[in-house]
Amino acid sequence: MLGRSLLTAKQLSREDIETVLDRASEFAADPSAAGDRHPGKLLALCFFEPSTRTKMSFETAAKRLGGDVIDMGSVESSSVKKGESLADTVRVIEGYADGIVLRHPKQGAAKMAAEHVDVPLVNAGDGAGHHPSQTLLDLYTIRENAGLDDLTIGIMGDLKYGRTVHSLAHALTNFDVRQHFISPQSLKLPRSVRYDLHEAGAHVREHEELEAVLPALDVLYVTRIQRERFPDEDEYQKVAGQYRITPETLDDAKDDVAVMHPLPRVDEISAAIDDTSNATYFDQAHNGVPVRMALLDSLLQTDD
Amino acid sequence: MTDTDTELRVNKIRSGTVIDHVTAGEALHVLAILGIDGTGGETVSLGMNVPSKRLGKKDVVKVESRELSQGELDVLSLIAPDATINIIREYEVVEKNRVTRPAEVVGILQCPNRECITNAGEPVDTDFSVLDDGVRCEYCETIIRDDLTAHIDV
Repeated sequence: MLGRSLLTAKQLSREDIETVLDRASEFAADPSAAGDRHPGKLLALCFFEPSTRTKMSFETAAKRLGGDVIDMGSVESSSVKKGESLADTVRVIEGYADGIVLRHPKQGAAKMAAEHVDVPLVNAGDGAGHHPSQTLLDLYTIRENAGLDDLTIGIMGDLKYGRTVHSLAHALTNFDVRQHFISPQSLKLPRSVRYDLHEAGAHVREHEELEAVLPALDVLYVTRIQRERFPDEDEYQKVAGQYRITPETLDDAKDDVAVMHPLPRVDEISAAIDDTSNATYFDQAHNGVPVRMALLDSLLQTDD
Repeated sequence: MTDTDTELRVNKIRSGTVIDHVTAGEALHVLAILGIDGTGGETVSLGMNVPSKRLGKKDVVKVESRELSQGELDVLSLIAPDATINIIREYEVVEKNRVTRPAEVVGILQCPNRECITNAGEPVDTDFSVLDDGVRCEYCETIIRDDLTAHIDV
């Protein structure tokens, strides 16, 4: 079963994933029934980058399990501003809490932090690296909509810096899934992720145009193309327009294709999609609570 | 200095390390790994593109009064996988070893990714796993395939 901390999706086996998702289903069916799972347990929220969904869903999950959270607050108001190292910060905080949820702008921050503490630690995003708890809720959402085997999934947008993409791609290698990656040339998957997918024997194709693969997709996972990655506005507009999903875009897709997005979106998915049966992104965000309840339930269990 | 002195200097050292069967052309990189740039006062002899039965051509590096650490040997193995290490004491070879590719290289290479936590002033050693055709940062997962010597942090 899942180890003491969740640092990358690479450490998740199919069995780990199915155990967490099954447990999440139980919690989703009756969230208020889990209030006696971890009474008095305290989870420390250490977010060195802004977050709304991830932070609030972890907070909700901890409280739904009967526990509570302590929050480091903004970087500006913390001792980090005085130059304290991340290693020192987490060493101090492990004395206050039963688990730590960490988001940090540097890649590998969660791994390093976990090496300095004995309490369970969840990587809630480390720069352009990984975001494995997001992946669990993505998988939960995919399973709810299409199952997790014999699937064709398109993952589109900023694949180079998109940590949710990296984690999802790794986790999907546990299943019978054909992965299609759609991005501008400059935002292709990083070499390290392609290396891992190759090593895992994953069925992977890369494209620059969505049209080539859209009709085959059961799931279309869209991520934001970040304006700041482009040297000039014209180049960004050219690419951003090409990857915008509208009702017309979906004319060539399967009727039941699930459109997902880790959010926040800017304009890569038209609001006109929101009321269609294809829009899955708000359900996806809501699924963060039961999935993170299941994850915390597992990690905190090892501490009991 | 007489011709005989020169020949003795190249062929025999009193104590130190002779790194033989270095991939031809890599001798200067070996010195970089060892942190030898001439300012430390060590006596160093180099043979570059020397004929070799096993390799066709090889480089040879002789460093007096210096024995290599395991960490140095680990990185050396990545750029000179056929190298042999001869430890010399009182003109005799007291130890002869081949370098072996390690599973990981700790604290020797600097990660080229500026966004890696190992470049953020934290108390952490760099840690690279060794792949068939390169190395990979255990923290940010950046893969380095070319020009490893440019990343040596010695």
